[in-house]
This record gives sequence, structure tokens and C-alpha cells, in this order.
Amino acid sequence: MPDTQVRRQVHLAAHFPGVNNTTVWRDPDSGSQIDFDSFVHLARTAERGLFDFFFLAEGLRLREHRDRIHDLDVVGRPDTLTVLNALAGVTTRLGLAGTINTTYNEPFELARQFGTLDHLSGGRAAWNAVTSSDAFTGENFRRGGYLEHAKRYTRAAEVIDATRALWDGWSAPPIVDRDRGIFTAAPATVRFHSDQFDIEGPFVLPPSPQGYPVLLQAGDSAEGREFAAAKADAIFSMHGELEDGQQFYRDVKGRLAKYGRSRDDLLILPAATYVLGDTPADAQERARHIRRQQVGPQTALAFLEQVWGRDLSGYDPDGPLPDVDPADNVNITRGRVRHAKDPRAVADAWRSRAEAEGLSIRELIIAVTARQQFVGTPAEVAAEIDRYVQHDACDGFVLVPHLTPGGLDDFVEKVVPELQDRGSFRTEYTGTTLREHLGLRHPHRTSEGVRAS
Amino acid sequence: MTARRNLLLGVELSGTGAHPASWRRPDSRAEELFTAGYWLDAITAADRYGLDLVFLPDSFALQPVGALGRLEAVGVAARAAAATYRIGLIPQVPVTHTEPFHVSKAVASVDFATLGRAGWEVTVSRGQSALFGRKAEQDEVSLWAEADEAVEVVTRLWDSWEDDAEIRDAATGRFIDRDKLHYIDYVGEHFSVKGPSITPRPPQGQPIVVIRAADPHSTAVAVRRADVIRVAAADLAAAAQARAEVRAAVAAAGRDPDRVSVLVDLDVHLAATEENAVVDVAQLEVWTPTADPNTLRHIGTADTLRELLGRIHATGAGDGVVLRPLAVAAFTAALPKLAPRLRDRLGLPRPVDRYAPTA
Repeated sequence: MPDTQVRRQVHLAAHFPGVNNTTVWRDPDSGSQIDFDSFVHLARTAERGLFDFFFLAEGLRLREHRDRIHDLDVVGRPDTLTVLNALAGVTTRLGLAGTINTTYNEPFELARQFGTLDHLSGGRAAWNAVTSSDAFTGENFRRGGYLEHAKRYTRAAEVIDATRALWDGWSAPPIVDRDRGIFTAAPATVRFHSDQFDIEGPFVLPPSPQGYPVLLQAGDSAEGREFAAAKADAIFSMHGELEDGQQFYRDVKGRLAKYGRSRDDLLILPAATYVLGDTPADAQERARHIRRQQVGPQTALAFLEQVWGRDLSGYDPDGPLPDVDPADNVNITRGRVRHAKDPRAVADAWRSRAEAEGLSIRELIIAVTARQQFVGTPAEVAAEIDRYVQHDACDGFVLVPHLTPGGLDDFVEKVVPELQDRGSFRTEYTGTTLREHLGLRHPHRTSEGVRAS
Repeated sequence: MTARRNLLLGVELSGTGAHPASWRRPDSRAEELFTAGYWLDAITAADRYGLDLVFLPDSFALQPVGALGRLEAVGVAARAAAATYRIGLIPQVPVTHTEPFHVSKAVASVDFATLGRAGWEVTVSRGQSALFGRKAEQDEVSLWAEADEAVEVVTRLWDSWEDDAEIRDAATGRFIDRDKLHYIDYVGEHFSVKGPSITPRPPQGQPIVVIRAADPHSTAVAVRRADVIRVAAADLAAAAQARAEVRAAVAAAGRDPDRVSVLVDLDVHLAATEENAVVDVAQLEVWTPTADPNTLRHIGTADTLRELLGRIHATGAGDGVVLRPLAVAAFTAALPKLAPRLRDRLGLPRPVDRYAPTA
């Protein structure tokens, strides 16, 4: 990328390291994943680092392993929207993004909840719309697990269309005419009828500052990519390696034109972890230590059991892989994405790799569960992040710290200044809304200056 | 009966005020009704001047008249968490269309964000089924039978984690003691919910449950389940009678009436003089006439309101009141004069100045 051009700007978001198997709780620096102070700390750190947004994941049923509640990773989290509204009170510019399931919420509720968050945060709301079709999660809801897997994107698209129809329910902000006694033009009756929904009535909120909250989307299938190209403002991807990322980037951005959208209308933001050190060797050593904290002996066996579909508690995590074949129990772990569709093939591949590289059970699990990770000195990490963005592998990253709540401190103190020195990262917020941070258009303020709807 | 506690003072913040014409007042800030600043100014003032509770009404329906539109009440409560220090935050959450699993974790999370100041006023939704398109309209019996189940589910979910479930036991690699997490396995007519909650038990264990006893159906649920029961009454004698009836019903339901607070609605408008207050309300009625509220009402000054509150306390007409400002901005401006002073809290009268001339 020639230096004479303005450098493409890196977008950064911060994932709250709560419930997932990469969050290290054994570390002495690990704090509460539920106390509000932890959320305040991470959000304020992200805002000090001029990040685009803070991101909160969601789960609607506690994970189970071998029919018992999984107890090895962090368990327990608060309500997504409640935390985001509360965080709006301790931040001023940071975007506030949360995962909310389209299967177990109704469009009218979603439109009002995200509309409220957008109003109360002054235009900083984002919704990561995810789908669910499993009966396991459905057992916590009156609708149950009724949704056919094939229909989940149909429903998700209809939920988004319905919420947008509701958000468009008021043609303009209230006009307060005290003398004539007129409070706004009464909102129209919204009518939305689709395969899954029959909604009719007035919406209860005027247009929020962003028009529509920013819509995020994760999902890598062809369906998921198409859905994102049609509807989303940003997509979380899992394509960490540079070439892999470039292919994904070309593919997804190439799908935009047919929806009348341009390259800048959809941002691609892979999740990434990072480890910093004073020297490259120091960083590598720290990364190894963190990986061993993430995959303890019991966790290694639990992972292996996901593929083997049976109790492997008698095996030594520091010993070789089991020579027995996997059972057909694919439901041994419930409440998270399954690892293997074909357990026998995975088991064979893992055994071959372990033998070839001389890996124990725990070492193998550490190797096969590795994610995109930047490891190095702050200058090295900044250079790598910048390289991905300048070379069209992504538009930035959603950073996933491994510690709650201080996991982002060193990045903001050490890497952000390096990125700023390279001219790739803002030195102050120039807008007030998340759409402005992300460089996205307001849905109702088109280039002609007229309302799209 | 045990010694009477201090009178609980709550305020219900309904848009620009309980009077549908309140938005037309020059001080109403109606233009800011959907901003955080509007709500924070009122809620933090109530907190600063010593009120105990703030109630946040909610509904999916649009108001029939007046300033239209409503932010979601749990969102407003959460937004106010970091800006308040003492006051209890009690959003309404209707249960007719919302999943109890979501209600449970939302209210628990307000409790976490406030270190234990959250409550939940249970309500039902009438005439709003078309907004959801999921089920037919229900009658009162069905609405409150469903609400009864919803409270059961929500409170079971709050208990579904024991307080000390998180153990972080490095030796065994266990973050939680799974034996201290419980499936609630609730199966009822309207819900079946497996549990446990995704959210640990909140600071209060059980956030405060509030139900308005407005008719036989809601009253039946309130006396069985509520920590705080709201009633309306036309005068002090009727309020005292309503309180006595509610307490008797609570006892009949096998609960200790002294663990339930009965709060009576008190519509209020305050101004510098009583004449001004009367003129203000007359103006509101010119703009939008309203029916006789059939509720305790005080139109006057902060001083005369304090006298009325003293009488309510002395006569046992309520364990507390829910002040419903006809115009929120005027009420907020008058709050400093209403602030419960230490002598009030100790039940001591304000002494007469020994040097002041006597009448």
C-alpha cells in the first residue's frame, strides 16, 4: 500500500471475556465476570483506546457436558441489553453491541429494546442478530425448539425486516407545538405480514439517533454470507489467516453490489486474541502459558469427549490419545457449537497428528483449538494488525482478551499508540454515533438527503 | 402489629406527568422525552432528595392522548443505575408477551448494576396481541393466571443458583459447584421452563416484586406473591381500609403481613403557593379535561404535602405512598422542599422557634 495514500483505518472492538473457554479464570489477575464493575472497567478501557464498540455475547441455556452442567469454564452472565444500557451511563462515545437471539424474542420487543438503547445512548447501539434452532435452548422458552433448522435465516431476515418496519413507524421525531396542542403527527399503523409474523399496530418510539441500530452478523455458510451482504452493517468472521481472510473479504464484499450496496457498507471484523511481550521470545512464552491455562487437564479431556462421544475420564491428559473408536453420541456436549460432524474422521485425524508430532491429549487439544492470535511486542502486533487491514484481509478486529476485566489494559496502553503512529488509527473520536465511528451511512439520510423509507 | 416503620416514599415517573396535558406546560421538556438527560434529571433528583423508590410505568401500547411514546422501562432503570446511589429502581415489565426467562435475567441484572436496588412491577398487556401476532387476546382471568405463573418462574430462576455456587477451585479445574445450580423444571399451563438461569443469584437474592391490587384477579396474585402491593383509594379512611383488607388477605394466604408493604397512590401537583398549584391544575384541565381520578390527591405546596404525608403515617393509611406527579418537571423542582429530613425519619416534629413571635 503506497504511503502517499491515506491509510485505511483500522476498526477495533472489544469483546467482554465472559463465558467461553478462552477466558482464563485461574489466573490471579482474573476478576468477576458478573459484577458490574468488571463491565465498567473493560468498557472504559475500550473507550480510552478509542475503540468503535464494546461487544457482549449471549447464551440462553447453560452448557452441559455428559448431561450435567459444564463446570470447567466461566459460567454465568447478566442480561445483554441491561448491561449495555447501564454501560451507556459510564461511557460517552463507545458503541454498545450485544448478541440477541432472533428465535426467542419477538420483533416488537426487539424494536423497542434496541430503540431504547439507541435513544438512551445517543446513537451507540448495535445488535448482533443470531439464530437458534435447537430444542435444548428452547426448553427455557414457551415457544420451545419449534424452529426448523432450514428456517432460521428465513425467520432472522423476517425479524430484521419487521423491526425495521416498526422503527420506520414514526415518520419523524415528535414535533411539540404547545400552543396548538399538537404532540407530533400520530404514528401510522405498522402492518408487517410474513411467513412467521402478523404484526399490526402503532410503534411506541420515535426514530432513534441512528435510524436503525447497527446490525452485526456472524455466520460463515453461503447462506450466512448472503444474509450479511443483504442486511448487515458488519460481519464477524473466523478467517484469521491473511490469505484466508482476503478470500473471505473478496467473496463477501463481492456480494454487496446486487443489493445496491458498496464496499464501505459492510465491515468485516474477525475475532482475534493477542499476547504482548517485551521481546518476541517473551511474548511466545506468555502465549504458551496462557494456552495451558485455557486448556487445563480436565478441559482437554472434556474436549476430547466431545468428539469421542463417551466418558474418557480414565485417560491421562498428559498421555496418548485413546485407541478406542468414538461412540455415536453427538449430543455429549450441548449448548455450544459442536466440534465434529463426523467423529470417526476427526478422531483418526487427531490420532495421526498426535502420533506424528508426539503430542499428548492436552497438547493436541491446545493445537487444534488454537484461534487467530497476534503474539509479539506491541510494535509487532500493531504492524500485523495494520498489515491485515491495508491488504484487504479485513477492516479491523474484535479483540477477545483472555482476562476479565483487565485483559485489554496493555493493548490500549501499548498497541493503540503504535497504530496511531502508523497513521492507521484515530487519535480522537470524530463522531458521536457508532455509525459515524464505523463510517456507515444513516439509513434515512441518503445522498439525496431524503428519507429512504 | 410491630412498630410502624418510616413511611416509604415512592414516585412514579410517567412521561411528562400523570396528567395527559402536562407536556404542554412550558417547563415540561417534552422535546427531550426520549433522551437519557430527561430521565436522569428526574430520577437522580428523587435519589438525591431522599425518596425511597422510583416506579417506571411501561406498556407496548401507545398512550391514547397526550405526549405519545415510551422508552422501555428496564432500559431506563439500567441507564440510571450508575447515576444513582440509594433509590430503588422499579420498572414495570408486562408478562403477557414477554418470556419469563428474559424478565428474570433483566431484573437480576439491574440488581447487579445497582448493587441490590432493583424491583419489578408485574403487569399484564390488554389489547396488544396484534402487536405480536402470536396468540389471541386473553380475558382477565387468563391474563392474571399467566402472570401468576410468570412470577413463579422468575422467582424460581432467581433462586436457581445458590449464592455460593461460584467456587473457582483450581485444584479440580471447576469454576462452579454444579450441585449448587438447580433446574427449576417448571411446567404450567402457560409456560414450561427448564432453567437454571444464565445469571447468578442477584445481590438481593430476590429483587422486590410489586403488584397493583386493582381487581380480584390482580389482588389474588399480589397477596400471594408481592413484596410491595400498590392500592388506590379516594381518601385516607378508604386507604386505611384497603390496607387492612390487603393485610388480612396476605395473612389468609399464609404470609406475614408485616413483610408486605402497602403503598397508596397519591396524585400530586406542587407549586410555590396553594393558589398557584390550583391555577396550574385548572390550566391542565382546560387543555385536556380528565375524569375524576378517585385517588388521593394533593394540589398545594411542598409544606402541605409534608403535612398530608404525616397524617398518612399517623393514621396508618399506608406503609408508604407512590407520588404521581401530574407534571414531572414541576414536581422535580419542588423536591428539595419535600426532602425527608432527619427529624422526620426519627418521627420528631419540627420544633417551634423559641424566639419567634407567637400568634
